Order: sequence, then C-alpha cells, then structure tokens
Amino acid sequence: MIADFFFVLFAVMAIGGATAMVFARNPLASLLYLVMAFFALSGIFVLLDAHFIAAVNLIVYAGAILVLFLFVIMLLNLGRTEKSDLRGPLYRIIGIVVAGAFFGLLLVMLRGGHATSMAGGMGQATIDAMLESQGAVGIVAEPMFRSYLVPFEITSLLLLVAIVGAIVLARRKAP
Amino acid sequence: MEIETYTLILSALLFAIGTAGVLLRRNAIIMFMCIELMLNAVNLTLVVFSRSLGIEAQVFVFFVMAVAAAEAAVGLAIIIAIFRHYELVDVDRFNLLKW
Repeated sequence: MIADFFFVLFAVMAIGGATAMVFARNPLASLLYLVMAFFALSGIFVLLDAHFIAAVNLIVYAGAILVLFLFVIMLLNLGRTEKSDLRGPLYRIIGIVVAGAFFGLLLVMLRGGHATSMAGGMGQATIDAMLESQGAVGIVAEPMFRSYLVPFEITSLLLLVAIVGAIVLARRKAP
Repeated sequence: MEIETYTLILSALLFAIGTAGVLLRRNAIIMFMCIELMLNAVNLTLVVFSRSLGIEAQVFVFFVMAVAAAEAAVGLAIIIAIFRHYELVDVDRFNLLKW
C-alpha cells in the first residue's frame, strides 16, 4: 500500500520533471527539472529492489553527468534566454504526433514482451532471498565480474577514448 | 496489475517525452539532455525485466551509464568547439554541411 503511494509520487515527479524539461525556456531550469526526474527514477529503482542501481543513478548520473551539463551551460553563459528555442507550430504538431505514435508502438511492444517474460518470472520471494544472501551490491557484481568481465574491461577503454576525444575536441587551437 | 506493468508504461512515456524533446527544441544541449532521459527510460525497462529474466540485466544498466558518460563528454566537447566558432548552440544555424 505504501509502496503504491510512493510509486505514484515518483511517477508523477518523473513525468512532470521530464515534461517541464522539454518546455522550460531557460536551459538551466531545464537541467534542474531533469535532475528532479532522475531523483524520482532512483526512487522507482528502489521500489523495484535495485538498490545499488538507484545509488549509482544518483551519484553517477544526477551527480556527475548532469553536473557536467551544468558546467557547460554556465561556461557558455546560456542561462539568460529572452525567447524560447521551441520550434514553430508545424514542427510542434509533427513532433508531438511522432512522439505519441512512438509511445503507442512501445506500449504494443512492451505488452507483447511483458506477457511472455513474466510467465516464467522469479517472483518477489526469490528476489528477496537473493538480496538477503548476496546483498544489493553482490547480486550485480557476481554476473558483472564473471560473465561480463571482458565487456566491463572494454567499457574502461571506451571511457579512455572518450576522455582523450573530449580533450582534443574542446582544446583551443594552438596559435 | 502489478508495479512492473505500470513501470513499463512509465518508461515508455518517458522515452516518448525524450523523443518529443529532441524533435521540439533547437538548443543542442537540451537535445542532449533529452537523449539522457531516453537512456534512463531504457535503464528503467532493463531493471523491470531484470526482476523476471535474471539479474544480469542490471549489468547492462552499468554499460548504458558508461556509454552515456562517454557520449556526454564527447558531445559537450563538440558543442563547446561549435560554440567557439559560431557563438551559439542553435542546431538550425549549423547548416554548413547541408546540401
């Protein structure tokens, strides 16, 4: 019962934050609405028993990646905007129709996948037992460092390439 | 209905809002933020399916986050480089490579 209440609260916060992000005029306000939506999503991760994912979502996503966006907005001094950068009415109609059609498509697909996957599901009791025996970090670390060790190492390579690329791209040209 | 079903609907809705944002805004940074929202909607779907199909799905959430971090770093560097050249971040004005 109380889980339902929190789910509705977080869902409203996430949808409201996301919508406000799309329509806010100021990029800084837009970013802060997105942070609010991500906080709400972390709450939903907790409700789904993914405690470690929730913490990482807060620390890495809301705490690091979005603050990087904040730095760039402040660096480029985009905080003051007189007129909105929303596209014109024709674009608006096309955009909303495309997004609505995409939502409908996703619903149809999720309904198909959901019906087949939930049939042989683990169930709440199994998840609770796994959390009890291995801990919230252990259940993620076990497959990550056994089955997915090579992809994990390649991820570090990807991040290294991204760091070098970001420095090369954002560097001032030598005089 | 269970919480899983509602969460899947929520993630589909968030993804659609992100799509609408990319289509509606001209500011390149806000388009990037909408892409982050779409990635997080996918994370939500992965977490929901990890409850029924196996906890390995949560590992992919980490990979999505790593890719998002790499994408944000490189993308924002490109935006900074473009801003230095044109003094704006409006994607409609970057038409040098248009036919």
